[in-house]
Amino acid sequence: MAKLDEALVSSKLRYPWRASRVLGYGKGMAGGLLFAAAVVVPFFLSNYQVFQLTLAYVYAIALLGLNLLTGYNGQISLGHGAFYAIGAYTAAIMMERWQIPYGWTLPAAGVICLGVGWLFGIPALRLEGLYLALATFTLALAVPQLLKYFEAWTGGVQGIVLMKPEVPWGLPVNQDQWLYFLTLGVLLLAMLLGRNLLHGRVGRAIVAIRDHPVAAATMGIHVPLYKALTFGVSAMYTGVAGALGAIVIQFVAPDSFNVFLSISFLVGIIVGGLASISGAIFGALFIQFVPNYAQDLSKAAPWAIYGVFLILCMYVMPTGIAGFLRRLTRRWQVGGTADRAV
Amino acid sequence: MVRRWGGLALVLVLGLAVGVATGAKQYDPGASDTEIKIGNTNPYSGPASSYGTIGRALAAYFKMVNEKGGIHGRKITFISYDDGYSPPKTVEQVRRLVERDQVLLLFNTLGTPTNTAIWEYVNRRKIPHLFVATGATKWGDPEGHPWTMGWQPNYQSEGRIYAKYILQHLPQARIGILYQNDDYGKDYVKGFKDGLGDKAADLIVLEQSYEVTDPTVESQIINLKNSGANVFFNVTIPKFAAQAIRKAAEIGWQPVHFLNSVSNSIEAVLRPAGLDNARGIISAFYLKDPDDPQWQDDPAVQEWRAWMRRYYPEGNIHDVFNVYAYSVAQTLVHVLERCGDTLTRANVMRQAASIKDLTLPMLLPGITINTSPTDFYPIEQLQLGRFDGTKWVLFGEVLAAR
Repeated sequence: MAKLDEALVSSKLRYPWRASRVLGYGKGMAGGLLFAAAVVVPFFLSNYQVFQLTLAYVYAIALLGLNLLTGYNGQISLGHGAFYAIGAYTAAIMMERWQIPYGWTLPAAGVICLGVGWLFGIPALRLEGLYLALATFTLALAVPQLLKYFEAWTGGVQGIVLMKPEVPWGLPVNQDQWLYFLTLGVLLLAMLLGRNLLHGRVGRAIVAIRDHPVAAATMGIHVPLYKALTFGVSAMYTGVAGALGAIVIQFVAPDSFNVFLSISFLVGIIVGGLASISGAIFGALFIQFVPNYAQDLSKAAPWAIYGVFLILCMYVMPTGIAGFLRRLTRRWQVGGTADRAV
Repeated sequence: MVRRWGGLALVLVLGLAVGVATGAKQYDPGASDTEIKIGNTNPYSGPASSYGTIGRALAAYFKMVNEKGGIHGRKITFISYDDGYSPPKTVEQVRRLVERDQVLLLFNTLGTPTNTAIWEYVNRRKIPHLFVATGATKWGDPEGHPWTMGWQPNYQSEGRIYAKYILQHLPQARIGILYQNDDYGKDYVKGFKDGLGDKAADLIVLEQSYEVTDPTVESQIINLKNSGANVFFNVTIPKFAAQAIRKAAEIGWQPVHFLNSVSNSIEAVLRPAGLDNARGIISAFYLKDPDDPQWQDDPAVQEWRAWMRRYYPEGNIHDVFNVYAYSVAQTLVHVLERCGDTLTRANVMRQAASIKDLTLPMLLPGITINTSPTDFYPIEQLQLGRFDGTKWVLFGEVLAAR
């Protein structure tokens, strides 16, 4: 029992109960301000920058999904690019082959990826840690190739070109801004659902399995069920992100979903902060913008610069950007004493 | 009030007329009295990074142009971003080039899936998308996509040229085809069958395909041998081309072997397949190979070498990609020079679509570049070459695809 206590205490989930009221209000206010900024910002940026931010939000949704699995449940996946691809192709095939409005492709991609993720989660239950990482890695390798086999549906290597969605209801925004708000809305919904899921009974079970599977089972948690469920929900998030990504990019091809995408997702959740909902946004901003900055700094070796950024991040902020910010705000609120308790 | 506006309009119209009459300078975004901005994407990293040398060679060429005074006094600013051969990244980088960097035109963006991803965007935005670095046939679509143009001979043209040769020289041909089951492979086969015309059904005895994900094509080669084919049209990428050549030799199948130009690299394909096994293979060419002894003393090749040494010393002097970049850059410079002081996007397309009999130093003698408002295929001629066990030996005339 002592071990379980320790496990629960070590989890970041206990944080909301211990947080002071003041801190709660502060957090709410900061969130509100950020939301206001997110709503206003597309009217001050160029369409290209709006498009980049939209992509970052798309990645944030995918990272939320992966974080659920890796950060909260402790299962490592190197294959989430595959679910992203399945979501993207679901949207593309529905829109281009069957002329279904793009709005419907998001729930469809979510449901399909939930199913695929669940099914993949069942055999994956037998694998732990690095072995699971390898198994999911094969998924990332295989899916782009499999897409080429079903050419009649997927368009083979040439992929599928999509039409850019028109702005509905005569809203006074352009197409890029509309996609921005659509993605922002889906992201907020995803964050809200994720928060509710994690801060309840199910969330505690998911975290308990990460921290101590044996103890969790002793407490009556159905470990295989919860693990498969987490895998499915995680894949669902990533699939919805993939569908949104396809709509925003207006093109899907097997080359869009190479192994590097899966690894970028993993980089994103670690840099952003494991087991943190806001961390997904920071991680997404990192994987969206840092490669571009690296290229601006050095044409010759952008990925070496990227590597330096990555190492610096890990050195300065070992708990990710979200963890770093949490520590800063705590120190500011409680005058540095609470830090020890983390 | 009305009169005042009318007067203003009159002045404006007059001004415009005078401006046009005296050849006043006209600019779209990306062009000015001192500068022409050109955008490009290339895979400097990722699985296709061996193509990255093309982007570097282009930059080196424009550096030389600028040192020699630029184009009508305007310096070229060549902005090239890495897309890692990933279509979403290409979309992002191209939007950056068009919307933030405000380039006048996009030039030689590399890759078929990557260019497909930006195809609709650039045509909707009416940005010249010139001389894309891919051999797919779809880039010559002046009606549907009037802002996009290819450059190199497309796959269908090449297929037609082999067909032409077979009709003329191999009347007893029984043709076996091996092709990759995707757009690239089908593009070649379509051109080939178009070239054979109504003879296609009689001459082709067996078609075999493979998936790019297959481990080998050995069983297909055995089937082709058993079909009794005496002519082999080999539409495969380097890995499978080497396998096919080796397997055919192993089982003693000795057809007249036509190998698509995608895989005619001696180092990447013929050497792994065994140079002796590759003897007698026929392929098609349009650029001078700097390693070919017959161009040893060719002034154009010497000039290319001098340029490589001075402006791109870190580049590989044996790599034909650097010849490709040199030549395609010269084509763009030709177009921009013809634009004169009217550096508008519409005029760039007008000039690009009216090239007449342009010859370039590193194109094989006899090959010329021609375009028109209905012909968006700049190079449509090739010359055949036969592998003699150590090098490609060109033979016959330069052949036109149509």
